[in-house]
Amino acid sequence: MGYLFVLPWIIGTLIFVLIPLGQSFYYMWYNIRITPLGTKFNFVGTGNFTQIWLENPEFPQQLVTYIWQTIVEVPIIVVFALIIAIMLNGKIKAKAFFRLIFFLPVIIVSGPVMNMLVSEGASTIPAMNTQAVISALDAFLPTAVATSIGELFGNMIMILWYSGVQILIFLSALQKVDPSLYEAAKMDGGSAWECFWKITLPTIKNFILLNAVYTVIFLSSNEQNQLINMIKNAMFSGTKEKGYGYASAMAWMYSIVVTLIVLLFFLILGNKRDVYDRMVAKRKRMLKREARLAKRIERRGARNVRKLERARRSHKYKTYDGSGDY
Amino acid sequence: MTAAETIKKVFTKEKLHRFIFGTREKQGVGKMIVIYALLICIGFVYLYPMFYMISTSFMSRDDLLDTSVKWLPSQFYFQNYIDAGRSMDFFVSLLKGIVIAGLPTLCNIVICMLVGYGFARYDFKGKKIMMGLLIFSYILPSQVTMIPTYVLYNNMGILGTILTFVIPALFGNGLNAPIFILIFYQFFRQIPKVLTEAAAIDGAGHFRTFFRIAVPSAIPAIVTVVLFSFVWYWNESYLTELYVQGLASKSIWTNLVVQLKNFDQSFNTRATVGDTATSLNESVRMAATSISILPLLIMYLILQKQFVESIDRAGITGE
Repeated sequence: MGYLFVLPWIIGTLIFVLIPLGQSFYYMWYNIRITPLGTKFNFVGTGNFTQIWLENPEFPQQLVTYIWQTIVEVPIIVVFALIIAIMLNGKIKAKAFFRLIFFLPVIIVSGPVMNMLVSEGASTIPAMNTQAVISALDAFLPTAVATSIGELFGNMIMILWYSGVQILIFLSALQKVDPSLYEAAKMDGGSAWECFWKITLPTIKNFILLNAVYTVIFLSSNEQNQLINMIKNAMFSGTKEKGYGYASAMAWMYSIVVTLIVLLFFLILGNKRDVYDRMVAKRKRMLKREARLAKRIERRGARNVRKLERARRSHKYKTYDGSGDY
Repeated sequence: MTAAETIKKVFTKEKLHRFIFGTREKQGVGKMIVIYALLICIGFVYLYPMFYMISTSFMSRDDLLDTSVKWLPSQFYFQNYIDAGRSMDFFVSLLKGIVIAGLPTLCNIVICMLVGYGFARYDFKGKKIMMGLLIFSYILPSQVTMIPTYVLYNNMGILGTILTFVIPALFGNGLNAPIFILIFYQFFRQIPKVLTEAAAIDGAGHFRTFFRIAVPSAIPAIVTVVLFSFVWYWNESYLTELYVQGLASKSIWTNLVVQLKNFDQSFNTRATVGDTATSLNESVRMAATSISILPLLIMYLILQKQFVESIDRAGITGE
């Protein structure tokens, strides 16, 4: 019965996710050209990849920028969202008003709106002088690192704007932490600082992971991201070597990078089971294996008995009747 | 006793410390001030682009060039809005945008609710694999399936129509559908099983139980999904341009966000035809930006309570 409810989704996933996934995997080894007579497939092997890496200087460069940006920005966004959520979770007045403000960007953020705001300079606060920050950091850090941190400050508003949903997720997670835990800690003389590290953080650990993954996905499908525009442009480019195949190869490499980044955050933030849990799981596995073995032995025994029985009934085995001739 | 001594006695060091940093029971004033200051600062940073946009959009050309005019324009200059609105075909785009966002949203809720219910209530073979697939399909960037899907739509002949958004939504693969399915899944798991069992004893079939018991109790989750789905479809310009507009073909479909993306071009063509008075400048562009977010802003201000509390109630965080 459950299948009936899930059926539309299964069909949809087949048609719109799995089959296209396979198709684009197929496309990326081909050079595809659309002619008036129909689509022409030309097998090029790894040609698309060498083309992208050797002759398109922009793609590797953008890819590196993207990886670097994501890895730096995601922790900042998550930590920032956590700080705001903790502040909002305390006893303050006008909580609803602040929540209203912090959630506003979620509603209005869209690619073109952001592009407009960025291009008109609305996204940087003139008072925040990034140049000063860069030169200050340059004194004791390599220039490349200093510049990227400076850029981060320049994009501060954008980073803040991307953390609306995360704040709300953290906020509702914080409200679900059992207050009696804090009371108990207070009785034992724990300070607020200790409470944060020993109670709050472990309880909301899963939500940190959730938010990190959400942020990665958001950044990767955001239209501020140059890579996805590059893929689209390559798809409709009229030149001989580009086209669907070329774009597919790009898209595949891009998705592998995104998946790797998600995996990275899973590895860092994912739940490490403690020794006890691991041992319990191991024991359970062992028990299961033993049960399976026992069942198999039983089954085999029953089968052999049946076989013997059948053979006896069809008189295959001749019992020795004492005639002395066998 | 002198006055100084009294003061010293009343304001001891401990009291001052307690006043500023607070005790275990009560928050201190100093801490409160720091928190409020931080919140207000961050709030300002959040709203800065909006302020900038609104103030710039009301400036006439003279105000823009005048360096003494920084925030407040010398007069409210509405011509920018009129020009921008005319260039974007505001009302037509608005209506089309509502259709583009509304219709797939409708399909999204119905199907995601069914699927979420199926996952939450029934146990069947391969459920774990399917859940994994669900999360995988969320993590997978849409770019990788974009090209074959485009070809598919092209072969089906629905490229450049709204069906390109409706059909995936009907099959549970609309925009961000995995999130919505998970929301419903989480929500339906919280309904006590006794309720559905009671319905079954009273002779209700599977679908009847779903419509009579599950759906009415899922109103908060439905509200969340409607709001988010609508907003996300509304703000999606990349896929709208690719599928619903179909890029190459001349499509009748458009929405405000796509119009904003191609604003410079459309404004310039109109200016050369001689329809508009002013030339393109940043006030006009900011005016265009503000009118393109205006509908959502109004919706947000009306439904703000539902928006902000929806995440709480829908139990996204139950995972």
